[in-house]
Amino acid sequence: MQEYLLSIKGISKSFSGVKVLDKVCLNVRAGTVHALMGENGAGKSTMMKCLFGIYRQDEGQFFLNGNEFNFEDPKHALENGVSMVHQELNQVTQRTIADNIWLGRYPKKGPFVDEKAMARETRALFDKLGIHLDPSTRLETLSVSQRQMVEIAKAVSYNAKIIVLDEPTSSLTENEVRMLFDIIKVLKSQDVGIIYISHKMDEIFEISDDISVLRDGKYIGTDSVDNLTMDKIVNMMVGRDLDHRFPPKSNVPGDVHLEVKNISTKYAPYVRDVSFSLRRGEILGIAGLVGAGRTELVESLFGARTLTSGEVFMDGKKLDNSTPRKSIKNRFALLTEERRTTGIYPVADVTFNSTIANIAAYKNRFGLLQDKQIKEDTDTQIANMRIKTPSKKEQLRSLSGGNQQKVIIGRWLLTNPDVLLLDEPTRGIDVGAKYEIYQLIIDLAASGKSVIVVSSEMPELIGITNRIMVMSNGRMAGIVDTEKTDQTEIFHLAMKHLTNNKEVEV
Amino acid sequence: MNKLRQKMASMSGDDWKNLLIQNAIYIVIFVIILVIIAQDPKFLSLRVFENILTQSSVRLILALGVAGIIILQGTDLSLGRMVGFAAVISASMLQRADYAARFYPDMAALPLFVPLLAAIVACALFSAINGWVVAQFKIHPFLATMGMMITLYGILSIYFASGAPGPQPIGGHDPRYTELAVGKVLGIPNLVIFAAVVSAIMWVIWNKTTFGKNMYAVGGNPEAAKVSGVNVMKTTVLVYVVAGVLYGVGGFLEAARIGSANNGTGFGYELDAIAACVVGGISFSGGIGKVSGAIAGVLMFTIITYGMTFVGMDQFIQYIIKGIIIVAAVALDTKKYLKKV
Repeated sequence: MQEYLLSIKGISKSFSGVKVLDKVCLNVRAGTVHALMGENGAGKSTMMKCLFGIYRQDEGQFFLNGNEFNFEDPKHALENGVSMVHQELNQVTQRTIADNIWLGRYPKKGPFVDEKAMARETRALFDKLGIHLDPSTRLETLSVSQRQMVEIAKAVSYNAKIIVLDEPTSSLTENEVRMLFDIIKVLKSQDVGIIYISHKMDEIFEISDDISVLRDGKYIGTDSVDNLTMDKIVNMMVGRDLDHRFPPKSNVPGDVHLEVKNISTKYAPYVRDVSFSLRRGEILGIAGLVGAGRTELVESLFGARTLTSGEVFMDGKKLDNSTPRKSIKNRFALLTEERRTTGIYPVADVTFNSTIANIAAYKNRFGLLQDKQIKEDTDTQIANMRIKTPSKKEQLRSLSGGNQQKVIIGRWLLTNPDVLLLDEPTRGIDVGAKYEIYQLIIDLAASGKSVIVVSSEMPELIGITNRIMVMSNGRMAGIVDTEKTDQTEIFHLAMKHLTNNKEVEV
Repeated sequence: MNKLRQKMASMSGDDWKNLLIQNAIYIVIFVIILVIIAQDPKFLSLRVFENILTQSSVRLILALGVAGIIILQGTDLSLGRMVGFAAVISASMLQRADYAARFYPDMAALPLFVPLLAAIVACALFSAINGWVVAQFKIHPFLATMGMMITLYGILSIYFASGAPGPQPIGGHDPRYTELAVGKVLGIPNLVIFAAVVSAIMWVIWNKTTFGKNMYAVGGNPEAAKVSGVNVMKTTVLVYVVAGVLYGVGGFLEAARIGSANNGTGFGYELDAIAACVVGGISFSGGIGKVSGAIAGVLMFTIITYGMTFVGMDQFIQYIIKGIIIVAAVALDTKKYLKKV
């Protein structure tokens, strides 16, 4: 029998009667990367939180080097060689990098915290990992990807035997992903066992040795990466074949619907003089590197940013989109990038979340809301969008990411928009749900709505759009026909306006 | 100096505007002071300066206590009653031997630190209960401390009425006790020295100890603190205990300063202390705040209050101005952290 560094055996966990984990297992060998895959809501994070002592499992055991253990709390886990990068960045942004890294175990000199040692150790750690940040910088001044690197450095700094990385690359730039992979290789050579949770297939195939799959809280299987293909994994994850990752493009672009001229923003991150047009029923992708101004561009169209110049024409008529309110009246809808912070009302139920953007439409002649209509519309949305929820009274936070996203898209569809601005519509969503969202986007375009999709995933843009606009350093680098382009051309365009003194972030 | 000049030269119109907004509250207060001086130039005197410092002292000690709780995203409505309790305890144990209406008629003259310790222990205990209730039951500190405020008034009043002469103001302080509040060392009022020592200790605790750093972490993001292995419960209770200790010290000194104590002493002090913290940039959203901010906030409030009275301004108009300053300070403080889009 092979000796495993970490063995997880028959872990079950229920939340308010719902079984989230059903006797799941995992065996991690020392010096390997073990990818843990599964759709959102499959139970990956819950399983790791049980390991880390944040949750207490209902049954099952953990073994570290053959010895059974059970962590009381995260402190206990950290002290026993298990560290974790959490999916949600759990950081004290008001404090400095050094304060965050050594939180919970500040080096001391007598009764006082040894600030000098803290700074020195942080610098040594960063040097080792190739991170160029000043330890005394406050976290709130860093970008999300920099903060993620700090979090990874922190997990490494515990000198743990097991490191859990829960979606560590969700907002990293390509360069930083390279750095992370270099770090992982060093850790492997030191016999650390790494549990790697990610939805990004290419990363999984590049970095992992073994892959385990969970589905609906159940353990499906483990195999060496050499024996697996992407199709096999997807098959294990969704339990059915996904012949194609993208649905056929059934939409046909018509006449020019929207004309955008000379958009420039007043505040950073800047958008500089962007003009383009959009046809009715067309899906226009926006590609670009992190910080290229993609989000800022769609926010500008929606009136959420202060502009120095810019005009929007719909069917030749000039629109006043200077505030989000006016844009909504002009039948624009914006699905925001950060679903958790700007999209959902987590404690409100599905009904509220579905109908809130359109709430004024439900007033009767006394100005009171008509519950019957609201309920009917919610039921329609749940059915049309195939939202998986126990009932429409379920709090939104208990739904999986994909289903939350569907609720929000449904919310905007109830306002009957003409122009849909979708910012990273499939971020953090599992493969099966992604396909459904792609289908939804194409169906919407086919029904005559004009769609703009911002995405960092190149295959996604090539898979569902008609044309792709590439942004580079706040400017438009070009618009390409999706049929006739490839990833190389898009990458080249994305670098077009980067000057030498700015770090190139692919 | 050269660097500063270069920096100023490179600043654009927007930068200047931001600088103005960032410091708007200080500018407004500076203008108010100028107006006060213009009304009565005698405001610029050593005596006034000394009075302002003396009047700020107890307030500062109290503000530093509640500041830690505000950094934890909390608040403390029971501060005033704690101060009252500490004042009554201290005064009841430190009356002149020849005073007619003694609380404890037969009590021998105690060393000063005994009543001080009694006041500190009582306040720390009640404040620890606040902290425990907040951390254990996840009750909003506003409600937890409101309950304590009301409960404590009952306890304090029962104790106040239990003295030999019945419920009447406890005066006739032992001269040693009075001297503590009105005396001076090398021309510096004792109260100012106490406040300075407390500030220095608090600065060290907040910035140089694990407990202080944990306080900022728990206030800034409790979840992050938890998964990093910080004992959130212990940190929370300890912050409240430290606050209680400071309320105890503050109440002890306050009774000495006023020369009398009753069950109404300290009423409303929590609002002054919280307002001073807020004006000093200690943020209600948690995780942000400095000792220097509390000092600045308390000083500004005292200067304005003292100044407005000095030039004979109607006290009701003073309320209006103070109220506006509090809200304006918070609005401007929030603006600092708002990102422009």
